[in-house]
This record gives sequence, C-alpha cells and structure tokens, in this order.
Amino acid sequence: MSILVDKNTRVMTQGITGKTGQFHTRAGRDYANGRNCYVAGVNPRKAGEDFEGIPVYGSVKDAKKATGATVSVIYVPPPFAAAAIDEAVDADLDLVICITEGIPVRDMIRTKDRMQGRRTLLVGPNCPGVITPDEIKIGIMPGHIHKKGPVGVVSRSGTLTYEAVGQLMEVGLGQSSCVGIGGDPVNGLKHVDVLRMFNDDPQTEAVIMVGEIGGSDEEIAARWAKDHMKKPIVGFIAGVTAPPGKRMGHAGAIVSGGKGTAQEKLAVMEECGINVTRNPAEMGRTLKSILR
Amino acid sequence: MKIHEYQGKEVLREYGVPTPRGFPAFSVDEAVAAAKKLGGKVWVVKAQIHAGGRGKGGGVKVAKSLEEVRQLSSKILGMQLVTHQTGPAGQKVRRLLIEEGADIKKELYAGMVVDRGTQKVALMASSEGGMDIEEVAAKTPEKIHKLFIDPAQGLGDVDADEIAAAIGIPDRSRAQGRALFRALYKCFDATDASLAEINPLILTGDGRVVALDAKFNFDDNALFRHPEIVALRDLDEEDPAEVEASRHELNYIQLDGDIGCLVNGAGLAMATMDIIKFYGGSPANFLDVGGGATTEKVTEAFKIMLRNRSLKAILVNIFGGIMLCDVIADGLVKASKAVSLKVPLVVRLEGNRVEEGKKILADSGLPIISARNMADAAQKAVAAAKAKK
Repeated sequence: MSILVDKNTRVMTQGITGKTGQFHTRAGRDYANGRNCYVAGVNPRKAGEDFEGIPVYGSVKDAKKATGATVSVIYVPPPFAAAAIDEAVDADLDLVICITEGIPVRDMIRTKDRMQGRRTLLVGPNCPGVITPDEIKIGIMPGHIHKKGPVGVVSRSGTLTYEAVGQLMEVGLGQSSCVGIGGDPVNGLKHVDVLRMFNDDPQTEAVIMVGEIGGSDEEIAARWAKDHMKKPIVGFIAGVTAPPGKRMGHAGAIVSGGKGTAQEKLAVMEECGINVTRNPAEMGRTLKSILR
Repeated sequence: MKIHEYQGKEVLREYGVPTPRGFPAFSVDEAVAAAKKLGGKVWVVKAQIHAGGRGKGGGVKVAKSLEEVRQLSSKILGMQLVTHQTGPAGQKVRRLLIEEGADIKKELYAGMVVDRGTQKVALMASSEGGMDIEEVAAKTPEKIHKLFIDPAQGLGDVDADEIAAAIGIPDRSRAQGRALFRALYKCFDATDASLAEINPLILTGDGRVVALDAKFNFDDNALFRHPEIVALRDLDEEDPAEVEASRHELNYIQLDGDIGCLVNGAGLAMATMDIIKFYGGSPANFLDVGGGATTEKVTEAFKIMLRNRSLKAILVNIFGGIMLCDVIADGLVKASKAVSLKVPLVVRLEGNRVEEGKKILADSGLPIISARNMADAAQKAVAAAKAKK
C-alpha cells in the first residue's frame, strides 16, 4: 500500500512538449513501473503527435477518455499553469500534481475557489511531486535515492525532502510514499491532509513531517495529530534563523507580523506529542529511535 | 515588490480611492515648489522609504509656512531614517512626499492581505488607526474586523457597509466608506497585490473618508503581467547584493553572521543556516542556487558572498537531484579558482557520482574541506570560521 499513487496509477503529463515536461516524463517512465504508468501527454496544439511513443492529446478530457488516466502532472509555465489545473479539475481527474513554480497567488486563489465541491485533489504547486518508491515516480525528485519501506514523508520543500529520505536510507529505512506539498502560500493538500492519508495507510508505520516558516499549516496538522494520529511523527521546521519579513526563497516562507515563526511551530508540535528535532541532520536517526 | 507611499497613493487614486493632494520631491527646491503648487497653509513633509514607522523615527513633519517646508525638507532629505523596520543603520531618505494638511477627525485602519488559512483575500479594518496594527491585534483583537472576500463575487455592498459600520464610519459617510472598500479590493485584485495597508484611513471634519497613507506589496510571481508596477521599483531601497543576485537568478538574503551558505533548494538552504546555528556558528546569508548549480552560477554566488567583509568560511551544501556530483564539483573548483577564493570552503555533496565528485575536490590542490553529511559540514564550517578569527 501507499498513498495517492501506486504502480497501477495511470498518469498524463500536461506540458509534455516543453523541455522540463519531456525530461521528467522520460525519467518517470524509466522509473519502476513507469513504462506502464505514463500513458498520455496533453498539448492543445499538438494533438495526434507523440512523445517517444507516449500519445499527445488536445485536452485533458480527451487524454482521460482515450487512456483512462486519472492523474495528471503539470509542467506548464507559470502564466498558464492555473488554467491547466482548472482543466484537470473540469475533467474530474482524481489527482493533479502541479510542479510549476511561480504561479501568481491571485490565479491560485481563483483556482482553489473553483475546486470547492469537486472531486479532484491537488498537490502543489511549486513542489517536487509524489513518489511511491519502487512503484511510481511523478515529479522531479531523484528516484534512485528512495526505496520501499514503512516511513511516510511529507514536506513543503524539495531538496529538504531528499535530505530526509537520504537520512532514512542511511539508517536502513525505506518509504511508503513521499509527498512534496509545495512552498506556495495558496496550495492544494496541506500537511494535515497528507497525515490523514498516512494514518489510514497500512504500509506506513511512522511519518516524517518537514515544515518551514510561514503560515500555520504545521500547527493545524500537529493539533489534528494529537487527537487522531495512531502513528509516531518526527517533525522538523526549517527557518529558525530566518529574519522576519524576508521571503526565504519559497513564496510562502515568510514570517510576517511575528506570525509563522519556526519556534512557534516547533513549540506547538512538541505540545502535541510530535518528536521534534531541531537538528536537520537528525531526522532519520530520530525516526529510527522511535520505530519499534 | 514594495513601492513608496506616494506611488501607492497614485495607484489608489487610479482606482477611485480618495487621498490628499500631494507631489513627490527629490530635492528641497522641488519640495518648496510642490508646496506652492498645492497652496493652502499647512503641508506635511513625509520621508519616502520602504520601511514603516517613519513618523516615530522623525521622518514625517507638519509645516505651517513655505520656509518651514524648506527647513524640514532639507533636514529630512538625506537623513538616515531609523525605524523599527530599518535596522539600526537606518535607510537614507532620497525622496519626499509633500502633501496638503488634512483635517483629521478620526483615525481608522484598513488593510488587505492574502489569508493563508482560508486561501482568500482578507479585508481587515479597525477603529484604532494610526498605530501599529499588530499591537492592536495583540491587545484588543475584538477591535479588528475581518472579512474574507469571495473571489468569484468580489466585495459586495452589504459586506462593505457592515465593515464601515463596525469601525465607526458614521451613517452620513457610509456610502463613501463602502465605495472606498470596494475600490480598495478592486485595486488589490487588479494589481496582484499581496498586501495593501491604509494606516491611517481618516474621517475628516467634513465627513469624507480619505487614505492618509498607502503601503503596498505586490506578488513577485505576477509582475510579468504588470509592467506599470515594475516601473515603480526603486533599487535604492533594496540590498545591492540581493539585487545583483536576482540578476543571476540566485535567491540571496544577507544576514549578520560569518559563514556563507550556498545551497540548492530553499528549504535545504534554510535548514543549512539552522544547522550552522545549531552547532554554535552564525550564517552570513541565505542563498538558493536553484536546480542548476552550474560553474557560472556558483562563480556569481561566490562573488556576491565575498562582498560581505565579515565572511570567514563558506559552506556548500548540494543535494544533487538531476545534476551529477562530479559536474557540481568541477564547477566548484573552477569557481574557486575564478574568484581566487581565500576563505575556507567546506563542501558537502550528495547524490549520483558522489565519490567522483569528492575526488575532483581532493585533487584540485585547493584547500577544500570535504564533509560526509550535513552535520559534519556544519561542524567543520563552524570550526573553520572560529579558527579564522
């Protein structure tokens, strides 16, 4: 088992004809069961063509109808990416994973509003994607650093997720699924949503939750976990040393008006029984120490 | 991106938000000319810097004669204005706003931000204007009224009226309050603002509702569709190192420590700063080189970091996803040579072909310290920086 995606997932790439879309579609196809998973691409002007044997359709609806794909991954440039999400939502896909960084917040506010009451889940934008090791890789993460195992990983950051995975591998622990929820202030699944899924997933025995400064999603997740989570969580928050009022790379990583500090998040997480480490090099070992 | 108050007021006026009449001035003569043009007997001389708290810092003064306008302008223009947002060094005042005096009967507050909890734009308003709104929020949260705006419907009359009533805009000025809130939202939405703040919003003696201040932040991701906003950028208000970095697509923020960091990815970059602190050191900067740590980018990053005179060591922490470690190592060696690197360089590489990468670093003849992992790297960088003192 796993969450969100597995070897039976059928995925289409929106933006398959761009350089980034091609590079990562190829890498995804070459990973584990990818050859069976990546079944379609979408480009309104290139319907009927193919990318290395993967057929390109004019719309998400057409691609879904022709191939049965229920998940899409988006590499469309920022000015058009929110509209690409809208298209996937209108086609009633199960899941949209939006990798694109730099989408205007106003576009995402409208897109999130349109998604209310719809069945489609969104991961991202501005995220590395989702991987279920040894089954399927959707996104830009390096596949080779992962292996199947009992630990779920959820994070707002890309390379810090790889760091967490690398540390798990050093202590001999594989992952059930790793979900990068992205660094934008307005996004799809939050920490709490992914924790819920890991809680219900029989393969997942423990979770690493990586957060960063800005917003209060980590606090919300921690408070939910206190009452509902049946599995241990290790938590880390990046940005203890970040100066207030400065955007630390990610659009959402900012302490504003004294809110969203790392200290505040760490304190709430500790209160809620999460095994917090303040040393980012100790995520893997901390998890190993609590796993029975 | 931030803009000045006088620019913010121009933006507000375009959307129909009433503001006092005023003109920007870049010199004392221009300031006096602006006051003459405005006429009247009372003027306000306002320092234009991007930081808040200008009044308390002595950057906002009332003048009752043209001579006084001249005196105050020559005093404020060129001063290092220190506020709670500028840091102890302050910010040099290069521009003024000369404005007509206002008949203030009551000071209110109106602000708009993107609310992450609801994922909507929030209108915040308060009867307690003219003071630090964070203080109001902490001491008397019941005096801040919030409204989350439906992105499909916009801000409606009923909601706007309710907010106006809640903050004490009297019945006879209600229509003006409503029009102002609606115009403010229209402006916020159309310009892709991420923050708009009017503090104070005032009620005048004759019952008008007027924006006496204007603070804006705009969504950097949306600037591509707002050349009119980009034109308002004032590079004098930004850190020159950060401006230079952005030219090379590097995300750089200067801090006050002595260990420079060069990292790929924003989260890992923050975590690298944190682990330096954890092991007793102090980070000199945040620097995200992004996905492609190429020779060119690393060279530019080194140059920018080396401008910082407090720099005693550099820690490079790269978790290679797509890029191979030997390619990154080769780039690091070339960049070190290009800038004749004198400070100790600690390198932690992870990813494909890491052994080949380490061999390149070891064979380079440069004093590069290789690290096994993040903790090892941080400890070595802290030790190297201490040894340099």
